Amino acid sequence: MKTTDQTDHKRRDFLKTGVAASAVTLAPGIVMHTAEAAPRDKAVDSSVRWGMLIDSSKCASGCDSCVQACNDENGLEAYSMPEGADPEKWDQQRPKWIRSVTLKDNLSGRISNLPLMCQHCENPPCADVCPTGASFRRADGVVMVDRHICIGCRYCMMACPYKARSFIHENVDIKPELAPRGKGCVESCNFCVHRLDDGQTTTACQDACPENAIIFGDLNDPNSEVSKALAEYPSVQIRADLRLNTGVRYSGI
Amino acid sequence: MKKIFYKEWDIASQTYWMILAVLAVISAIAGFAVLHMEHNGHWVTGMSNQIVWGTPHVFAVFLIVAASGALNVASIASVFNKKAYKPLAPLSALLAVALLIGGLLILVLDLGRPERLIVAMTTYNFKSIFAWNIILYNGFIAIVAFYLWTILDRKMNRFYKAAGVAAFLWRLILTTGTGSIFGFLVARQGYDAAIMAPWFIIMSFGFGLAIYMLVLSDFFRLSGRPLGDSVMFRLKNLLGVFVAASLLFALMYHLTNLYGTENHAYEAFILRDGGVYTAAFWIGQILIGGLLPLAIVFHPSLGKSRAWIYAAAIMVIIGGLATIYVIIIGGQAFPMTMFPGKTVIASGFYDGINGLASTYSPSLAEALLGIGGIAVALLITAIGVRMLKILPMSLADEVADPHSAS
Repeated sequence: MKTTDQTDHKRRDFLKTGVAASAVTLAPGIVMHTAEAAPRDKAVDSSVRWGMLIDSSKCASGCDSCVQACNDENGLEAYSMPEGADPEKWDQQRPKWIRSVTLKDNLSGRISNLPLMCQHCENPPCADVCPTGASFRRADGVVMVDRHICIGCRYCMMACPYKARSFIHENVDIKPELAPRGKGCVESCNFCVHRLDDGQTTTACQDACPENAIIFGDLNDPNSEVSKALAEYPSVQIRADLRLNTGVRYSGI
Repeated sequence: MKKIFYKEWDIASQTYWMILAVLAVISAIAGFAVLHMEHNGHWVTGMSNQIVWGTPHVFAVFLIVAASGALNVASIASVFNKKAYKPLAPLSALLAVALLIGGLLILVLDLGRPERLIVAMTTYNFKSIFAWNIILYNGFIAIVAFYLWTILDRKMNRFYKAAGVAAFLWRLILTTGTGSIFGFLVARQGYDAAIMAPWFIIMSFGFGLAIYMLVLSDFFRLSGRPLGDSVMFRLKNLLGVFVAASLLFALMYHLTNLYGTENHAYEAFILRDGGVYTAAFWIGQILIGGLLPLAIVFHPSLGKSRAWIYAAAIMVIIGGLATIYVIIIGGQAFPMTMFPGKTVIASGFYDGINGLASTYSPSLAEALLGIGGIAVALLITAIGVRMLKILPMSLADEVADPHSAS
């Protein structure tokens, strides 16, 4: 855990000891994960709405710092191609939470680059279609997957207008503590929710961007950097026609 | 019309067990295919993060749609009081349940986490049409099983009409739900269309009836029971109407898309430039699944040949699978329009670079799973007709035709 809160550490250690003690009395194989799932200081609420402004005019061609940072943070490359897999097909099957996209305007020929990921819609189609409610939007605007009840039907992937989701096609041997993940479930960018829940206010992609093209913060706070930037510069939503009120906005596309 | 007697399927034991064995082996092979896919993960399939639903979904949706259509024969008897269809009703209800179970099995066994089926059964998001479908599928099996009971058991006969009406309405809602799985998807150019629901209903009429006709004639032939022309001619005329109606819906779907400029690229992909999808559309859906069977069943001489009628029914099934393939796979292969007025020239996650469609080649395991679903459906049907009084002793013209002179 990357927490710096000493009190929190102590509380967790206490819980871990308690769980370890109770696990002794349980049947072998049954492991409670109360310690890791311990509630943080308080439940998230809608007083905060996390969001992003991406300035594509700063986004350099060929740069993939944000993509690499996301892969590292969430362990998306912590395994290799399965033996016998076709490299070309495997590349279409491996998870990507964020990718860089280069666009050319059909009329003017103007080129723009941008990172594309889950847009954290206020009305996410992925959550609408999910049969079990595993795909959901938190009160603070983070759209994510509850991997305890995701059945792997992939209907959310059919519904997402941004193709932002990935299905885990293979066994995941190394599971980073911050982003537990496994075969057969769907996942996508969650604004580095583990950081937010530990009180941090930046995402891995934002930290990694050498051009400061990504501004992340609380859209509900008029004094946050992202709100100020949104007030100052013109910005757009991708597929604004769908009126999903995305949490990720772009300028300079 | 003479009195109809029903009897268990009385083919020779050896033949019966041989049929069961063959179907069981096919189902078992499908079971191994599932183990292979679930053990390794979906990377062994042709599916990817670009084409997320593949061949299993084509078979599953086809069978689920056909299931509700197979019930129509029974509904014509119970809801619309057509006497000629009454002897055909028990098989219709049994086949409907069997096809649905076969289709659902495929769907469930392709899940990333099939062992979490219990979650899907107990945790519902009622805004999801998928969640509603889970209820509709389970309800269909229960209602049609009860309906079959009211047909077979004299004591339950008083509920026959009510159960028949309930089953008919339920099946209409069920196929509406299945079509809406695609109709409600706003993200993709090929979906997001209200016509999907009624189109799926009209397709279900054709697919279900075609399967019914094949099963009816094969089961009768194997047991040596007479099946007269009047029954088959009646059914093939109906099949022709359903096929024509499906063609009309397909025409309207594409004409509507062609009218609006925003969908021209999608239409060009399906109708002209889509390679395998264009071939599946014109050769599979339109020619084999539409024009040819239509020409056969209404042809003055071919339409009177039982062999040609049988062939027409097979064509409707092949064309049906092609139709669902074009809708499900073609609909995903066409790149989503995320940036109107711009072309994606590079992407770390495909995204239709320079308008290129996503690629998909079905794996053997996926196809085996789909075929396994069909085998399970036929297995249930074969056991059902053997154990229950489903099939009439005779459907010869003088027995089955209400207008027969004798």
